[in-house]
Amino acid sequence: MIGQTVWTAVKVALALGFGMNMAGLLAWLERKQSAISQDRIGANRAAILGVSAWGLFNQIADALKGLTKENWVPPQGRPRLHALAPAISLGFSLFCLSALPFGGVVHVAGRLWSLQPLESSFGLPLVLCFLSLGVHGVVMAGYASGSNYGLLGGLRAAAQMISYEVCLAVSLAGCAFIYGTLDLQQAVLWQGRLLGGWLPAWGIVVQPAAFLLFLAAGAAVTKRAPFDVPEGESEIVGYFVEYSGMKFLMFLITDFIESIVIAGLIVTLFLGGWQIPWVTLTGALGGVLMLAAFSAKLLLVLLLLMQIRWTLPRFRFDQVLDLGWKNILPLAMLNFIVTVWGVLLWRLR
Amino acid sequence: MPIEKKTYMLNMGPQHPAMHGVIRLVLELEGERVVSTDVEIGYLHRAFEKHAETETWNNVVPWTDRLNYVSPLINNSGYCLAVEKLAGLVIPERGQYLRVISSELSRVTDHLTCVGASAMELGAFTVFLYLIKAREYLYQLIDELTGARVTTSYTRVGGVKADMPADFPQKVLAAFALVREAIRDSDKLLTKNRIFTDRVEGTGVISREDALAYGITGPFLRSTGVPYDVRRAHPYLVYDRLDFEVPVGSKGDNFDRYLVRMAEMEQSMRLVEQCFRQIPGGKHSLEVSEMKDAFLYQDMGKSGDTALLKLYRAKVDQTLRGGQRGERGAILSAEPASTLPAKEDVYGSIEGLMNHFELIMWSWGIKVPPGEAYVAVEGGNGELGFHVVSSGDDRPYRVRCRPPCLFPMAALPKLLNGGWIADIIPTFGSVNMIAGELDR
Repeated sequence: MIGQTVWTAVKVALALGFGMNMAGLLAWLERKQSAISQDRIGANRAAILGVSAWGLFNQIADALKGLTKENWVPPQGRPRLHALAPAISLGFSLFCLSALPFGGVVHVAGRLWSLQPLESSFGLPLVLCFLSLGVHGVVMAGYASGSNYGLLGGLRAAAQMISYEVCLAVSLAGCAFIYGTLDLQQAVLWQGRLLGGWLPAWGIVVQPAAFLLFLAAGAAVTKRAPFDVPEGESEIVGYFVEYSGMKFLMFLITDFIESIVIAGLIVTLFLGGWQIPWVTLTGALGGVLMLAAFSAKLLLVLLLLMQIRWTLPRFRFDQVLDLGWKNILPLAMLNFIVTVWGVLLWRLR
Repeated sequence: MPIEKKTYMLNMGPQHPAMHGVIRLVLELEGERVVSTDVEIGYLHRAFEKHAETETWNNVVPWTDRLNYVSPLINNSGYCLAVEKLAGLVIPERGQYLRVISSELSRVTDHLTCVGASAMELGAFTVFLYLIKAREYLYQLIDELTGARVTTSYTRVGGVKADMPADFPQKVLAAFALVREAIRDSDKLLTKNRIFTDRVEGTGVISREDALAYGITGPFLRSTGVPYDVRRAHPYLVYDRLDFEVPVGSKGDNFDRYLVRMAEMEQSMRLVEQCFRQIPGGKHSLEVSEMKDAFLYQDMGKSGDTALLKLYRAKVDQTLRGGQRGERGAILSAEPASTLPAKEDVYGSIEGLMNHFELIMWSWGIKVPPGEAYVAVEGGNGELGFHVVSSGDDRPYRVRCRPPCLFPMAALPKLLNGGWIADIIPTFGSVNMIAGELDR
């Protein structure tokens, strides 16, 4: 029992470490990816002893700069809330990570090891809940800054988040219905079967519409372009306009981690999770391959999200809400209804 | 109980990314709706007009670079045309073509900057970098032509500073292929992009009557359907010999302004290509002789070999390229009272030396006859006018500049009130406010 708890704690710690490091890595990846698509070189000046490692050290330089900057709170702001806001944002998004199934259950050294940090039979609603709780930090940041720009950004973030978390949940309802479970691990296992003996029954195959809807809604929840209206750097500068140093970087990291969570959900629910099609993974090697497969798929989805970000311009605030309520939500509901009837008719057959 | 609606104030700029650091909008907002707008300009006021009164006629040219600093060559031409009209000078044809070529290159850089920056402010960062990369190709050409990327100071009263390099046309045509490719890429990324069109269609609308009433010109006016283009309405230089279209919109919104600018870039490139076909040759071949370093040339003059000097050409610095005798006749007017003599003549003959000193010495210089003249050229943003007044002195009595972007700025409250905060960005971007020209 204690061993189990220790193992869970280790896994959660590893997941958090994975998240934080992945966020730093993503910042580098995004810099390079955008640089390639924009025909430029990208950040490459930070070097240790003349080695710049393709700009990887820029992340370290950024972190050091963030940590050594003055901790400045605007005089009209509320200092405690101002400090609490980024912590709330980052904390909730990090928590989501630990509920993702990075791997299945492997049998090593006479014991069963689950590679999912937090095993829960209602993992899916848990992740969605904690993802949306993060917005409190954003609204708090806007409010605590005592600036009209910050307040506007916070309000926009709240409105956008409320709109899109509904879409997020409804677009996944069909998946949950087909898989017959809210447990993320069980959902992955369900996708292990083969349709017609050769086609892996991934979510993207059985629920293609939901995949597209979830991709759009998920991009909106991460508050990144084209849905970056709470930030809107050239309009209202954003809810973090009065933030600097590490507190500002925490918001940035939050955005990256939210991207990882959304990408993780996409991988888990639509791309077969940690599974490699037509291959049965067992033992220690299997465990390693599970983690590798999950990471590779995660990276692909993240690259897709980045490419979207660097291709499309920004929506207007009211257009974002229109898109959410009037387009994505009805389509998601339709998808759910069609799915339910389809599954019922299939079973009655 | 009725709900009391309260408005609040939002101070946008000058330290705001979309305001370019030089404009302040004091907005009264109701939620995200703009109720009223107060535009404050003048953050880049440099007293251009007053300053011009203290400079000699030719020395004003560098200050015109700083007006619209994304298309400085048009300003150079506009100012010199006004002075020449007053002085009754005729520029040689090759000089006129060079002014048209440089102006049209500048117009492309101007529109590339405007479209790119507007797109970036709408979040399409990639488009911005594509277009700025295209602008860079043109800036390199302008650098080769004038010796500077931005502070070009290319024109002189009576012509232009220097002839174009021999391989300039080939380089321009090669660069145009790259520019066209960048424009095509951006067109694909924006014009049919639903997100972009939703942002710009129907926002910042101005009616044809209002645009005319405010005195708006340029792409802003043409987007409402008025085909007014100074190059077509009051042809100057050699525009009446060139074939080009004046693209117009119909709705007068941000999208039409974007389309007009995209179409005008193609027209400008067509104009440059025609100029290269029509431009009369320079006089390079007329007196080919040995090139001598300028200091050797000078030594020969000092030792009295002035008769021999006529046989040689001085090899001078890039920035003094206009000093060479062979090409001067083709690009500068032959009027000795306004045009500096060739370096060869200055070093080689007493007449040339005297002519040089008469133009350079304090309180001598070019004497423009008393009177006043107004000349308008089609700038990047519309009708760029220069009104010069002379008292017969060696420097202007008054130089007045009509900055084309002042007028849409005056109409800005009309464009913004009633819209969303987010609409300020594309609307303000489509004004193409260039503070150097707006505040002067």
